[in-house]
Amino acid sequence: MAVKNVLEAVRDTLFEAMGRDQRVMVLGEDVGRHGGVFNATQGLYEAFGEDRVVDTPLAESSIVGIAIGAAFGGLLPVAEIQFADFIHPAVDQIINEAAKIRYRSNGDFGCPIVIRVPYGGGVHGGLYHSQSVEALFFSTPGLKIVAPTTPADVKGLLLAAIYDPDPVIFLEHKASYRAIKGEYPEGEFVLPIGPADVKRAGTDLTVVSYGMTMHYALQAAEELSREEGIEAEVIDLRTLLPLDRRTIVDSVKKTGKLLVVHEDNLTGGVGAEVAATVADEAFMYLDAPIRRLAALDVPSTPYHPALERAMLPSKAQVKEAILELARY
Amino acid sequence: MKRTTGEPLKKQAALGERIHTRLGLSDDDLLQMYRTMVTARAFDERAFILFTQGKIPFTVTGHGHEGAQVAAAKCLTPGRDWVLPYYRDVGVVLALGMTVRELMLGEFGKAADPSSGGRQMPKHWGCRRLKIVTQSSPVATQLPHACGLAWAMKVRNEEGIVWVSFGDGVASKGDFHEALNFAGIHKLPVVFFCENNYYAISVPFSKQSPVPRVADRAAAYGMPGISVDGNDVFEVYKATREAVQRALAGEGPTLVEARTYRFGPHTSNDDDRRYRSRDEVAQWKEKDPIPRFAAYLKEIGLLDDQEEAAIKAEAEKEVREAAAWAESQPDPDPATVAAHVYAERGPAHGR
Ligand SMILES: Cc1ncc(C[n+]2csc(CCOP(=O)(O)OP(=O)(O)O)c2C)c(N)n1
Repeated sequence: MAVKNVLEAVRDTLFEAMGRDQRVMVLGEDVGRHGGVFNATQGLYEAFGEDRVVDTPLAESSIVGIAIGAAFGGLLPVAEIQFADFIHPAVDQIINEAAKIRYRSNGDFGCPIVIRVPYGGGVHGGLYHSQSVEALFFSTPGLKIVAPTTPADVKGLLLAAIYDPDPVIFLEHKASYRAIKGEYPEGEFVLPIGPADVKRAGTDLTVVSYGMTMHYALQAAEELSREEGIEAEVIDLRTLLPLDRRTIVDSVKKTGKLLVVHEDNLTGGVGAEVAATVADEAFMYLDAPIRRLAALDVPSTPYHPALERAMLPSKAQVKEAILELARY
Repeated sequence: MKRTTGEPLKKQAALGERIHTRLGLSDDDLLQMYRTMVTARAFDERAFILFTQGKIPFTVTGHGHEGAQVAAAKCLTPGRDWVLPYYRDVGVVLALGMTVRELMLGEFGKAADPSSGGRQMPKHWGCRRLKIVTQSSPVATQLPHACGLAWAMKVRNEEGIVWVSFGDGVASKGDFHEALNFAGIHKLPVVFFCENNYYAISVPFSKQSPVPRVADRAAAYGMPGISVDGNDVFEVYKATREAVQRALAGEGPTLVEARTYRFGPHTSNDDDRRYRSRDEVAQWKEKDPIPRFAAYLKEIGLLDDQEEAAIKAEAEKEVREAAAWAESQPDPDPATVAAHVYAERGPAHGR
């Protein structure tokens, strides 16, 4: 198996999907000749031409709206929103249109689109090139949200998203693009949207996370296993919506402790739902209060590294939180 | 067409210069269009009665728009063209082949409502079999969908066009501009059809637009913009047909503006006396497209007073019976409230 980084995984999966199926198209700002500001669509334009790799005008609402129409017309569009921070003009098309099309038409119409969204901080992006936007869409039944951060998960879930009959927001953490490398499965490799992945089995506590903080949790868990003999179970949600409550609850029933970590704000984040689910369904199994570690509730990630560090959860904080909870 | 000075119109008609033959419309076409207009009017009148009777909680009507709607729909080929209508377009969906009964199910939100199974408010049509695309309530969102559909047709070499309609208020929304821009850039086969009734609820067109015509906007998007008297069936037909032909010929999109008027309130929840005078409404009613079209049909001998009354009575009977029938149909089953949030089958291909 080849080792690739997350960015290469995105690009190569798109390439494979387009090569295999004429209906797959990509559209967005700079996705054509430029190959995307992160190079995620590099080479597609040359290989598949301008009918299938569409440089759109700078207009996010219509990027999603056109994708929806193209899906009605029988194509399988993969729209790119250049940065998550610029998805807001498209929220109407995502929440009022894409998410509601099947429901409002009583199943007569579907909306098989993928919206790729580079997101996340820790990249010196300031307020408007760092945001996590999952909480905006998390309370929207009808949408699916995935957030894979390993090359294999990216491939499996991107292929699944392209063939999913419903709209999928595909979150790509920008910091993972080059930092995270791993095995990239060759050929047909599809992972189901929905199930979370237990990335590390453990008995002392459960850590639920996704995105870059999931990698922090994995690293911290390995270190604490060596240093302190603490065995943390690390669950990578991978799919945020629909949420895999079963895997979370089963794990907490086994470990008795839950830490939720994410890079999005604390208030109203995915972690709140995870915590509420465990409180509802595994309360009697808990040996400690549920802990959440998330970004500070400030409007967005500030630019200066000192401020950015003060705002985002760090690996050290994750490690400390695991240790504290394990010792509770 | 050249006309000899002083020669009366009627005589010209007798000489075979009738406008409808010039436009390629047969007598049957005219009568069918007339019937559809009358049926659309009767349908909305019945819907409003159902509302005042307390039998349905809400409705919205297209009174006054019927001429523009039926003329435009006449230019479309059901099953070939994709159509994205908006909530006033009773005349359009009837002309395309949705039945009065189907539409009445929608007024009551019954289980068998083909558009949404009782999930949406009335007049939010959708019907895959007729390529009528499911609509939402936020205005303007359907315009980018029209572009995406046209893109798909173009790259898949499918014959046909996309027709999308909307009100004058929509020309203020970003999605309108984004869609026209994209369609213009790529010369997509889209007909943008604006039913300008000079009001967006209470806001008059003068507060909606700095330019006197919606069609003026087209210039910015590299497409023709044509503004016609929306209560003149033939003007609308001619403009829309040319737009469809342009689209089919690969020459790109057109913005057609049909200037018309809504005779009733914005919806059943609105009282239009708060923002426009009865005089103004009365003046527009003189230009009512239905009697105007009837006058033409009479002039050419296709209709007389008796037939006119009979067509009206027939339409009223049809909608009344359909209302009674729809009212008696099963309500949606509460057990289905969570159906169709996601596809029930596993990963599929396409829809
Ligand atoms: C985005 C959005 N804003 C507000 C509304 C509420 N609303 C419904 S119809 C309407 C006026 C629309 O006017 P116009 O586009 O001119 O069409 P008309 O109703 O006159 O046919 C408004 C403001 C809406 N449906 N969608």
